[in-house]
Amino acid sequence: MDRFVWASGLLEINETLVIQQRGVRLYDGDEKTKFDLGTVVLSTHRLLWREQKKHDCCIALLLSQIIFFEEQAAGIGKSAKIVVHLQPIPPNKEAGPYQSSKYSYIKLSFKEHGQIEFYRRLSEELSQKRWERISVSQPMQSPGRSQAGRVRAAGIVGIERKLEEKRKETDKNITEAFEDLSKLMKKAKEMVDLSKLIANKIKDKQGDISEDETIRFKSYLLSMGIANPVTRETHGSGTHYHMQLAKQLSGILQAPVEEQGGMMALTEVYCLTNRARGMELLSPEDLVNACKMFEALNLPMRLRIFDSGVMVVQLQSHNEDEMIASAVETVSERGFISSEEYAKLVGISVLLAKERLLLAEKVGHLCRDDSVESLRFYPNLFLTRD
Amino acid sequence: MHRRGVGAGAIAKRKLAEAKYKERGTVMAEDQLAQMSKQLEMFKTHLEEFASKHKQEIRKSSQFRVQFQDMCATIGVDPLASGKGFWSEMLGVGDFYYELGVQIIEVCLALKHRNGGLITLDELHQRVLKGRGKFAQDVSQDDLIRAIKKLKSLGNGFSIIPVGGRYLVQSVPAELNMDHTVVLQIAEKNGYVTVSEIKSSLKWDTERTNQVLEHLLKEGLAWVDKQAPEEPQYWLPALFSDLYSQDVTPEEADESLQ
Repeated sequence: MDRFVWASGLLEINETLVIQQRGVRLYDGDEKTKFDLGTVVLSTHRLLWREQKKHDCCIALLLSQIIFFEEQAAGIGKSAKIVVHLQPIPPNKEAGPYQSSKYSYIKLSFKEHGQIEFYRRLSEELSQKRWERISVSQPMQSPGRSQAGRVRAAGIVGIERKLEEKRKETDKNITEAFEDLSKLMKKAKEMVDLSKLIANKIKDKQGDISEDETIRFKSYLLSMGIANPVTRETHGSGTHYHMQLAKQLSGILQAPVEEQGGMMALTEVYCLTNRARGMELLSPEDLVNACKMFEALNLPMRLRIFDSGVMVVQLQSHNEDEMIASAVETVSERGFISSEEYAKLVGISVLLAKERLLLAEKVGHLCRDDSVESLRFYPNLFLTRD
Repeated sequence: MHRRGVGAGAIAKRKLAEAKYKERGTVMAEDQLAQMSKQLEMFKTHLEEFASKHKQEIRKSSQFRVQFQDMCATIGVDPLASGKGFWSEMLGVGDFYYELGVQIIEVCLALKHRNGGLITLDELHQRVLKGRGKFAQDVSQDDLIRAIKKLKSLGNGFSIIPVGGRYLVQSVPAELNMDHTVVLQIAEKNGYVTVSEIKSSLKWDTERTNQVLEHLLKEGLAWVDKQAPEEPQYWLPALFSDLYSQDVTPEEADESLQ
């Protein structure tokens, strides 16, 4: 920790922000420091840490001072960490929070995660070494490369050896995992090729293969995650799974959709359903494919796609004309209305409010006034007045 | 005279040949379906074996996830297509990404009033992590990108726009063409852009420039500062970084505008 210097927290000209992560605590070696909760900032030139509450408490360290770094996995009750091993203190170092330290490494403890991305960017910066090519406005004190070369603190050799061993061990694990993965993929490829053959046969036959068999085939494709080459996506996968799902959904969604005025955006349905399930979640495609079957299964709901591409689940009892009439009435009462105002008034999302007003416009009952200020809808006086 | 190839006899023969071919064709497809069913069972076993050895690897290593996804894509398999797929069921990849999808939607919805439905991948990443809490698993930006790609099928206009060195995530069905995207790229440097900047870097005329900026304003993706010293500045809230902005609720925003 004695390698850090006090900093203003501002980046120099030509120094660029790479990534920052909140919720990080600093360790001096293995000991916790009073730099308990802050944001760690990586730039092209430095590693900074800024206190979460008091922004003016900020310390920094040059990237050139980093020898190497490694991950320390999270444990029970312990956050994931990145251990950063540092060069010895340069003689001309400016004032910092620690006069001295018995450790030549620090740890960044990621209490709110973010270590994967931070590790990746730190690797990139340390391999690109942009600070060597881009000079900044204020000269940053740097230990000088020749110094780093000559003065090797004791223990670095030992660290490097340990790292090499660890790397070999990790490599072995990774290699095994990837080997197994490759073998698995080969087998999966066989399945893909077979499915293509079958799909072609089905296409050529045009109906000589039984309905049941087509459904069976589709369920095989679903299990493997192979796109349906026969029907592409026009009518969904139509497997038993989706039929079951459609029935389930229609039951669960009845009340919430009604509450929302008879219509709910598919993204909301996705969140609602998956939050309720907790596990064995639905994929977005599962949801869409199931909803596409509502009509065919005579369920009291419909999947509807607006011109804008927005998809909603709509109650079959939802009376379009009534909705439009009520929207027009509201607009007439007020003179004009925007989507946001209408949304607040009726208690639905802005997205759906907009779609409803657009529908009314489409059938000619409303006119729009589209300005930079907002999109407003007016009653269509061309229709009603003489 | 006898003519070969035509006549009722020839036609009947042809029909018979066709019927036989069709019959055999049907049998072949059935055979192959049965074969596929068997192979599927075998594959499932292999996948189970793989899962028992390496399921943790997928959970813990984002790098492994990337490799895994890339290999699947190469052979034409989408492990995230369905929660009912083998991959999802046995490797648990599904739940990881589908839940991430929910979290992404929620963050985008919460911020839409402020940034119009456009957000940097960096900010999205930070906020999703915050929402996940201390005990959840870490996610990389690659994970987010894959989850977003899946969300596209929900029809709400989810897309990823590369802008300079960064990525922007769009979560509303606003139409953004090449002109809009290139203006976003110019704005990326300082968080805002001016008419003269656009005209000088892109060599556009005033008409085109104004059209693009107006569209961004209408969609709520840009705000205009008419009190800027030299000329109006068009700011993109999506590009504000944490260093400059504060969290403001819609009510607070409304109040401050009164």
